[in-house]
Amino acid sequence: MSEEKKFRWVGTRPIRPDGIDKVTGRANYGADFALPGMLWGKVLRSPHAHARIVSIDTEKARTLEGVRAVITAQDLPDLFSEKARAQGGHHDMNDLAQNVMARGRVLYHGHALAAVAAVSSEIADRALGLIEVEYEPLPHVLDIEAATAEGGPLIHEDRVTQGVEASGPSNIAKRVEMGHGDTEEGFAEADIVIEREFTTSPVHQGYIEPHACLAQSASDGRTTLWCSSQGHFAMRDYTARLLGMDLSLLQVIPAEIGGGFGGKTTIYLEPLAVLLSRKAGRPVKMVMSREEVFRASGPVLGTRIKLKLGVRSDGVFTAGEATLHYEGGAFGGSSVMAGCMTVFAPYAFPHVRSIGYDVMVNKPKGAAYRAPGAPMAAFALETVVDEVAARLEVDPVDLRLRNAVKEGTLASFGPRYKRIGCVETLEALRDHPHYSAPLAANQGRGVALGFWFNAGLQSSAGVNLNPDGTVTVLSGNPDIGGSRASLAMMAAEEFGIHYDRVEVVVADTHSIGYTDVTGGSRVTFATGMAVIDAAAEVMRQLRERAAAVWEVDAEKVLWVDGEARLEGDDEREPLSLEKLARDAGRTGGPISGRAALTARGVGMGFGAHICDVEVDKETGRVEVVRYTAVQDAGRAIHPSYVEGQMQGGAVQGIGWALNEEYVFDADGKLENPGFLDYRIPVASDVPMIDTVIVEVPNPNHPYGVRGVGEVPIVPPIPAVVNAVHAATGVRYRDLPLSPPRVLKGMATPDAA
Amino acid sequence: MARVVLPQVLAERAGGATEHEVPGRSVRALLAALDERFPGLAEALSGKVAVAIDGEIHSDPLLEPVEEDSEVYFIPRVGGG
Amino acid sequence: MKRHVSAIIDDEPLEFLCDDGQTLLDVLRDVLHKTGTKEGCGTGDCGACSVQLNGRLVCACLVLAAEAEGARVDTVEGIAAEGELHPLQRRFLEQAALQCGVCTPGFLVAAKALLERNNDPSEEEVRYWLAGNLCRCTGYDKIVRSVLDAAADLRGETA
Repeated sequence: MSEEKKFRWVGTRPIRPDGIDKVTGRANYGADFALPGMLWGKVLRSPHAHARIVSIDTEKARTLEGVRAVITAQDLPDLFSEKARAQGGHHDMNDLAQNVMARGRVLYHGHALAAVAAVSSEIADRALGLIEVEYEPLPHVLDIEAATAEGGPLIHEDRVTQGVEASGPSNIAKRVEMGHGDTEEGFAEADIVIEREFTTSPVHQGYIEPHACLAQSASDGRTTLWCSSQGHFAMRDYTARLLGMDLSLLQVIPAEIGGGFGGKTTIYLEPLAVLLSRKAGRPVKMVMSREEVFRASGPVLGTRIKLKLGVRSDGVFTAGEATLHYEGGAFGGSSVMAGCMTVFAPYAFPHVRSIGYDVMVNKPKGAAYRAPGAPMAAFALETVVDEVAARLEVDPVDLRLRNAVKEGTLASFGPRYKRIGCVETLEALRDHPHYSAPLAANQGRGVALGFWFNAGLQSSAGVNLNPDGTVTVLSGNPDIGGSRASLAMMAAEEFGIHYDRVEVVVADTHSIGYTDVTGGSRVTFATGMAVIDAAAEVMRQLRERAAAVWEVDAEKVLWVDGEARLEGDDEREPLSLEKLARDAGRTGGPISGRAALTARGVGMGFGAHICDVEVDKETGRVEVVRYTAVQDAGRAIHPSYVEGQMQGGAVQGIGWALNEEYVFDADGKLENPGFLDYRIPVASDVPMIDTVIVEVPNPNHPYGVRGVGEVPIVPPIPAVVNAVHAATGVRYRDLPLSPPRVLKGMATPDAA
Repeated sequence: MARVVLPQVLAERAGGATEHEVPGRSVRALLAALDERFPGLAEALSGKVAVAIDGEIHSDPLLEPVEEDSEVYFIPRVGGG
Repeated sequence: MKRHVSAIIDDEPLEFLCDDGQTLLDVLRDVLHKTGTKEGCGTGDCGACSVQLNGRLVCACLVLAAEAEGARVDTVEGIAAEGELHPLQRRFLEQAALQCGVCTPGFLVAAKALLERNNDPSEEEVRYWLAGNLCRCTGYDKIVRSVLDAAADLRGETA
């Protein structure tokens, strides 16, 4: 790909195709669908963090007037064989089955154990109250310390620790280890060795749209499911597998999605709605309340990280070692593996090792959250790096540049890096006027660097040429942040036509080939490549048609700026896309192209942030007063939406650093399951978020795209915490930095 | 021979070492060769790992080509959020 | 016994039946099928269901449907008069002030209520006025800029 290539659409900022619908209220999200005769489904949830279900009596609920169906785990198929478990992709299908409906025991406060469908949501609510459940409470464990204590209660008596030979039953679901070199040797070479321990609290993705779906199941088993998710193919596959259905019998129609951030890559209500619909013979709609979203969907839970860094007096890192404990909820499955892989990823280390433990606790099953596992790991590493810079009295960006990874560096997680933009990102941050701007009293500045992989995975796309010469692009990815625009722009660029001539449709599971979730920062990268391939197929057909009309070899026909031209013949009138489209029926039939691929060549992403805070020393309140995010996007197809990812991720990370945390009582009940008490940042909490898009093109993508969605949540926590240190002189190592914690830290700096 | 690096947790199943010289011109061929040397290892690696071939990560490869002097890392598979 | 309510909703005279305990939001969405107004929490904390009731900015989830008797209710669906986008809608689109878009109806209604009271707000005034509307995608930057630019449009200061 030539650096000099001039683009007509790539890099511009057109209005997204779905924009008008979304500013006029016409766009349909998960809860916006309704059908005649529709019932309302509701879920009964556990009032215990851990209990044996002695009995469930649904008789009174079943006979309440207006109730059409009641289900419990008995209505679900049996659990899977060991072999079938492995087919669940990122999810263990048995865990998923037991999470959507408890069997025998409830494992966290809010765990589903029955569901009803009734003619109104009020009657459904009343019916839930009539279900009689007898529980035998069992001892629970709520944090890493309790879960790993010798002789403590076990959540699953039959589970041993994966990755440990001859492990007995344990609440540690998995142990992982990775690295290279000999860290003992590395620390021996160091002039400074700093070892610190960090904790983070459970937080929620906080998408504004609660989980919602509508299911209609016919008596022959054919089922249609409308739902909001990050991937309707994933919803189809998980739901059908749990219910023992053929995938072809379940059509999932994607609603617009009101935010996901990783949290809508799994199922909760969907199989229940299908079962209720099947049982009642009526369509069933289910919508979680906000309280249910907090209590029973998948947050990211607490972590404890011990990190040790060895540095020579000239600033070169000699060794890094980290032990990470991540809570995974009642079934395990935390992001600790990704934490281990990313914790040291931004820097070159001759000796590096990370060890991770996936810890089961009686809390909801954790789900993915934007760059899963990485923000907490970056919190640990990047605050220690800041401490090293202070100790060595060197500029913290210079110290990072000194150790930053580049092409050919052996990554801490294994392979050698290809072309990456870590150094360029840090240099752009250092050169930004913000970095050298003066600070006022009680203010401090922090910087931090962050890394995330980006996913490739499977994508399908279709391109249909319409008889008027307009183009319809079919994608299998729900549009969560403007991807219809980026896909349309790439198609317009390929065809050499106006952006307004391209429409993008998010097609349902019956209408487009299999496509993995909108996640892992992959849609513009991977599905974009499928769109480019499908467009190439259409242009190949167009050239053939032009060749047939001109009676020349197809190789002689070029496709330039939206028209077919005969090579070396400037006299010949070109054939426009419009004309070829209009005549398609007479030259061989409709023209369309399909492409499907497993995307190769992900371009890894780096971001670096600058945060200025002002600390109110009377109250402990921390205010972010200026913020700049720098990131290598490879190439920004639609810069506004790239900036939007950077700004949104930064503010989400600021919330994680300063406000957000799940508060459980001693019984494991969530005490703040609402936006009033689980406080995400509001407009008056944050300043404008300045952005700098660095473009070090990914050599493996036709336009140089790297994924951009997840990197922006990695640097904010340490950037904020380093800034608070600069303002207060206190190194905080436990999140969030709420006013009481900040005050306490200032009163007893050594204890913080 | 490609230079293959296995995850630390599988070292015990591969004669105590993570690094191996393995013949084969595709991921499938490498897996077959590894499994011949260390029975059961291919099963342990299947479906759970990504493979980085000369720095490029493939999430679930089978037929991906491998060069004579490639560096091949079997690493944990990471999805995303 | 259901209650009969007449109201002017998005400039149309509408009648509906509701229970005493039913919220205006439930009636808008489930009875009148005006699903442009979104529900994010049901407890008045997120602002996704912002509507104007007789010109006053309210969360429709905190208003009883019966309170709409004889009132004027303005939702996001009525902002584009006769198909013409309001400057706020235009600016939101031009500046990519929405990502997932589920909070957008609430932000548009709330911002419109602000600009009707104050057509030259400062950034700080915009931020505090919109502090009752949660957005998890954008970090608010492009929303605040869009509102400031739409205010300038309404003052006739931009082309």
